[in-house]
Amino acid sequence: MKYEINFTINKEMISLAVIPNKTLLEMIREDLDLTGAKEGCGAGECGACTVLVDGKPVNACLMLAVEADGKEIITVEGLATETELDELQQAFIDHAALQCGYCTPGMIMSGKALLMENPTPTVEEVVDAISGNLCRCTGYKKIVEAIMHVSENNANK
Amino acid sequence: MKYVGTSVNRVDGIKKVTGALKYVDDLKLARTLFAAVKRSPHPHARILKVDIAKAQSLPGVKAVITGKDVSNRVGLYLEDKTFLATDKVRYRGEAVAAVAAETKEIAEAAVALIQVEYEVLPAVTNAVEGLKPDAPLVHPDLGEYHYGPIFFPEPGTNISNHYKIRKGDAEKAFNEADYVVENSFFVPHIQHCPIETHSAIAQMDVDGSLTIWSSCQSPYAVRKALSVAFNLPLNKIRVLSPAVGGGFGGKAGTTLEGILIPLAMKAKGRPVKLTYTREDEFVNSFVRQGMHATIKTGINKDGKIVAVKNTFIWDGGAYTEYGVNIVRAGGYGSTGPYDIDNVWTDSICVYTNHPVGGPYRGFGMSEIHFAIEQNIDMLAAQIGLSPIDIRRMNGLKPGGRNATGQVLEVCGLQETLEDVVDKLNWEKEDYDLNKGIKPNKVRGRGIACGFKAPSMPNDVASSAIIKLNEDGTAHLLVSAQDIGQGSDTVLVQMAAEVLTIPPDKITIKTGDTDHTPYEWQTVASRITYCAGNAVVKACEDAKEQLMELAQIKLSVFKRDLELCDEYIVSKLHPDKRVAIKELALGLSMSDGSGIHGPIIGRGSFIPPNVRNTDKQTGQGEKPVAFWTYGTQGVEIEIDTETGKLEVLKVASSFDVGKVINPKLIEGQIEGGILQGLGSAIFEELILDNGVVKNPNFVDYKIPTSDDMPEMIISFIENEEETGPFGARGVAEPCMVPTPPAIANAVFDALGIRITTLPITAEKILKALKEKNK
Repeated sequence: MKYEINFTINKEMISLAVIPNKTLLEMIREDLDLTGAKEGCGAGECGACTVLVDGKPVNACLMLAVEADGKEIITVEGLATETELDELQQAFIDHAALQCGYCTPGMIMSGKALLMENPTPTVEEVVDAISGNLCRCTGYKKIVEAIMHVSENNANK
Repeated sequence: MKYVGTSVNRVDGIKKVTGALKYVDDLKLARTLFAAVKRSPHPHARILKVDIAKAQSLPGVKAVITGKDVSNRVGLYLEDKTFLATDKVRYRGEAVAAVAAETKEIAEAAVALIQVEYEVLPAVTNAVEGLKPDAPLVHPDLGEYHYGPIFFPEPGTNISNHYKIRKGDAEKAFNEADYVVENSFFVPHIQHCPIETHSAIAQMDVDGSLTIWSSCQSPYAVRKALSVAFNLPLNKIRVLSPAVGGGFGGKAGTTLEGILIPLAMKAKGRPVKLTYTREDEFVNSFVRQGMHATIKTGINKDGKIVAVKNTFIWDGGAYTEYGVNIVRAGGYGSTGPYDIDNVWTDSICVYTNHPVGGPYRGFGMSEIHFAIEQNIDMLAAQIGLSPIDIRRMNGLKPGGRNATGQVLEVCGLQETLEDVVDKLNWEKEDYDLNKGIKPNKVRGRGIACGFKAPSMPNDVASSAIIKLNEDGTAHLLVSAQDIGQGSDTVLVQMAAEVLTIPPDKITIKTGDTDHTPYEWQTVASRITYCAGNAVVKACEDAKEQLMELAQIKLSVFKRDLELCDEYIVSKLHPDKRVAIKELALGLSMSDGSGIHGPIIGRGSFIPPNVRNTDKQTGQGEKPVAFWTYGTQGVEIEIDTETGKLEVLKVASSFDVGKVINPKLIEGQIEGGILQGLGSAIFEELILDNGVVKNPNFVDYKIPTSDDMPEMIISFIENEEETGPFGARGVAEPCMVPTPPAIANAVFDALGIRITTLPITAEKILKALKEKNK
């Protein structure tokens, strides 16, 4: 039994028939071939699969694909334009806020969700917002600095 | 220098922040089959019968294999494992059979239909117990295994390597010392926890050639192991490692690839894919070995350490093909960074029925330094010296000797110690450690030194190729893998420096044994040094070719030419110059003919003059390529009501020879500190009769952003004579001092010594209650 669902992903309208036990992460990675979101644990513990659903950060491994019906989804692939990175992506590069890169898409989406809700977060708010995203490489400091760079830019706008 | 020493942005940055980089699990190949593995429910059992008939007949199943399909023993240093169990299973989770099917669900259903009959055997679940004469034997056939000449297994026991240091006369020195003190410590198993779990795809073509895509640190080492296991020539195996989502040692050597090959061989040309679950990663990849340490020390009243006797007993797990070398490293590093005349060390690798011990960032040094650096503080307290002064007195200095008797010409340990003392205001009387402290909290500070050398066979090789393009850009080919540490960027910077071509004009290609040149392994904090040397040599080779052509073109002797900003320029008459791009495909002569052809630089490197140590005494002039020294100090706060420990501040200083990229090395150290912090206060693989009880991130916590302390990172630069631009490695050393520094800070705060890792809130609270009784 498959269910027909309609949603937008990275501003593109999609209609898809999915089986009821498929996760949002499986649908994004396998059916749409958007492999930026990663599976690090499959249990909502590491945050590597974080995407935005109606602007809120979600562990895509814990949400069923059928629940995406009518929703607006943004993945890491939806941030940059053809010619320009999102300023948070550029800040991650400029601040060396990534190493192996496996947590990076989820980390950026958690950072992005925070900045969309609060354009000028404090260090404490940034630390809290990414505390569900595990990174084994960076020690988090440069990630916080990258997000704070955008926060400070927003404050000066 | 123009490029080396500057914070160039990561060359892989854009692909990583956009999610465009394809890791192995992201690859989609047409008609892929999915693998699942039947694993042992027992830590130790004889396999009586494996019945695969029902699995084979399940619709959608394309191949089923058992140990019979993979009977050749393999191993990096000691050939003691097969990729699937043959006669016995030696840990709970060992692969017994595997299936390839149209979907993951079918593969898993088929695995459930495989029936295995076992005769359960008594298990070895403690390394110390495993040494007893009546302990069950994990590997009764040890005497038949092949191993490298620098290892010492003892057939008929569970000892797979017994490494010894016999320097001076320890017994005599103990008899003459003012004090003799003995302390014991324990370090449990932990897991690497890269966010990317292991993943691989294997495909066999009709002509018998194999292609493997693997999230591995060392494509050439994987190729070699598969060649031995399956009797295939090396030119028929292609290993690609497109991207690696963190390794920390766990993706060194060869693990799940060997399960996929026999499936691919039966899959009629279809690719077979296997990606480990997080539970697999915790149990069935590599883990860090547990270790029991006892250190007996002779020390005089003035603080001089005159003798040590170390016993390090390592829980190697079911297979120690890799672990034997960790034990060797623990042996030749056994004094820590201290100059001690009389040393007796037994570093013993013991087979147990635990998950397979393997390389983990630090390669034995984290484990032994937890013991050594607390022991140093305990000695200091006994004779009334400060933790700083005992290290000033006994710590290695230029001209000093380490445990193998090697004379150390370059040694910045004392400079790193003074650096950290300064950064933490340790000796400033007006510094208030308790500023702003709340009720029920106590603070303390601790310091620890550390050192590490690349632990690898003496003659392991690296190579690099640089190809110049006719527009002045270049391709750099290496098989050093960027597993996050930033090697792609650092190697490009080195090439840019030699050739005076900007880094953004150099594209690096890695990880394809058919197309990128040989690299032994991306391990041992050796890539900046080893691959860096190969890259520099390749670029110097290309430069020499350019100079040959330029001297004809410019009518200037090449000794009077130099490279400058993408041109070959006369030193005497700078207006005489030719662009590199004009010579990239050879020199066009005035009569329309051409000579030489494309410029391709080639570089090969083996660390010079590294030699074996003496078998009986472990003594040798240069047993390793280089040593990296450093110091870390911490400030911590403990809640005396809950036992919760918070690390407030860490100051870190390492002598890295030459910083190639300040921003990247800083990030690497910060990551190492957090990994060290995790192993210090959270991380332990809980083993109960061979069963891992906490194989997930809920029950096995790794540090989050909430745990991040203030970090002060600095470097000392005493050049490594044989290093590229004077650089040496620091990837692993940077997590070595963190746990003992924290343990020493706990003592400073509470007067309590916690001698086993991790230093959990429960342990602190229990010790506090006992102290206050």
